[in-house]
Amino acid sequence: MALTEKDITKIAHLARLEIVEADIPVYTNNLINLLNLIAEMNAVDTNNIEPMAHPLDKPQRLRPDVISEQNLRDYFQKNAPLAEAGLYLVPKVIE
Amino acid sequence: MFKNTLAELSRALDAKKISSVELTEHFLNRINQYDKQLNSFITVTAEQALKQAKIADDQRAKGNATPLTGLPIAQKDIFCTDGIKTSCGSKMLDNFIAPYNSTVVQNLNNAGMILLGKTNMDEFAMGSSNENSFYGPVKNPWDLAYVPGGSSGGSAAAVAARLAPIATGTDTGGSIRQPAAFCGISGLKPTYGRVSRYGMIAFASSLDQGGLFAASAEDIAMVLNAMAGFDKMDSTSVNEPVPDYTKTLNDDLTGLKIGLPEEYFGEGLDPAIATAIDNAVKQYEKLGATIHKIQLPNTKHAVPVYYVVAPAECSSNLSRYDGVRFGYRCQNPKDLLDMYCRSRGEGFGAEVKRRILTGTYALSAGYYDAYYLKAQKIRRLIRDDFVQAFEKVDVIIGPTAPTVAFKIGEKASDPISMYLSDIYTIAVNLAGIPGLSIPVGFNQGLPMGMQLIGNYFNEGKLLNVAHKYQQGTDWHLRVPGEFEK
Repeated sequence: MALTEKDITKIAHLARLEIVEADIPVYTNNLINLLNLIAEMNAVDTNNIEPMAHPLDKPQRLRPDVISEQNLRDYFQKNAPLAEAGLYLVPKVIE
Repeated sequence: MFKNTLAELSRALDAKKISSVELTEHFLNRINQYDKQLNSFITVTAEQALKQAKIADDQRAKGNATPLTGLPIAQKDIFCTDGIKTSCGSKMLDNFIAPYNSTVVQNLNNAGMILLGKTNMDEFAMGSSNENSFYGPVKNPWDLAYVPGGSSGGSAAAVAARLAPIATGTDTGGSIRQPAAFCGISGLKPTYGRVSRYGMIAFASSLDQGGLFAASAEDIAMVLNAMAGFDKMDSTSVNEPVPDYTKTLNDDLTGLKIGLPEEYFGEGLDPAIATAIDNAVKQYEKLGATIHKIQLPNTKHAVPVYYVVAPAECSSNLSRYDGVRFGYRCQNPKDLLDMYCRSRGEGFGAEVKRRILTGTYALSAGYYDAYYLKAQKIRRLIRDDFVQAFEKVDVIIGPTAPTVAFKIGEKASDPISMYLSDIYTIAVNLAGIPGLSIPVGFNQGLPMGMQLIGNYFNEGKLLNVAHKYQQGTDWHLRVPGEFEK
């Protein structure tokens, strides 16, 4: 079940990541090698072991649902590639 | 001045022997003089630094000073700094001016520290050599042909060459401890949750932790006092009191139980590093510590587990870079999909792409249980090894890295061999416990590092154990010849 170049193209699409044609064999090879390393995990018996999601085994802290932030939209939009009238502009989505 | 420790500089400011403006100018001059060789800074904030220094001098004159007021610091370019470029070493954020301060930056500003600039790093903190930066590789000050380690290589090189007396870093799999070892300085990764991650650009959220580089453990203790603590802005920040880390530096080590994990001294470890650690351990015996052999049997699984957990979390975190609200956008996108794909394809470098692809694969439909869930289960076994070890010993000692620094380019074409150089540091992140690397000697002119590993929230003990060693040795005070003028 070794990974193929077709798989890489599919994963790249899922990640919305353009990989130029010439690099696809390189990344395919990189991932095959890494998955071989990761496959060592299969030898470990993990029956009855709880997965550990948080290093301190603590749940996420919740806070009251009240507004705590100021509106700084204009300041934040200074970093936008393209913004107008408080809106972020992107290529046309609907014809 | 640059050869003084932060503690000494603080006392000199207090006694009015120097001003913060003089001190800041001194380090800015050194950056100006030496950084062309090292490439350790992405941005130098000279003008703001001098303004901050004047304010610090005023505060000292008024008697409003903390021990840190007027002392300069360099920030890894992963910490957001309001109004200052925060690139994370990436083309993706080359044009990003952070619109707020990270809590780390804010805490150190509040303490009166002076920001010298933002240091170079592997792109999005992914790398162990600093060769993955959009701004070019950082050089190791001990030999410019060698890597400084990574990902916080800029901070480590800057402190080692004394272009800054202290610097921040972040550590997801060894990114503070390994460059500290390669550059011959001290570097602390605190307990997960000890230092706020708010405004620290995310790579792998269950592993990332901010920390510090300095010549000595004492200097780290001083600044950690101001940097650590609970932050309501970070949902994983832990609400535990911050002790005064400087108070316990001189605690007696009589009866201290040191554990030496068998798995850390096996095949692949440079014998010179094993000998250097052996010598350090003898030093501790003289100070009254007892030595115990321990086992961390799941150590060998740490690298595979890490290379599932970290890329999975990376692929999720980095999905925010879409070319819409901030960051790089490609030219002339033909539609929305093309804009996403090309902005990301052109904005990210090769290592980041590798990790996004790996993570996307591991999290994709049908693979979750086999990869991410399996890795999280083994992660618990790795953590349990440490929990059991700390029932028997107070600190664990081992190497930080299996070798001294490698040459620039040496491992660039073989990602796996690069990943394996983090074999002794990664398990600590998976467990979430603190680790500290200190210099213990040189091999053929390059520094060797020793790692001290502690139980949860035992940063104070690690700094104490390191400080006691540094009282009797001078490895941490050595400055590379070329930067000594």
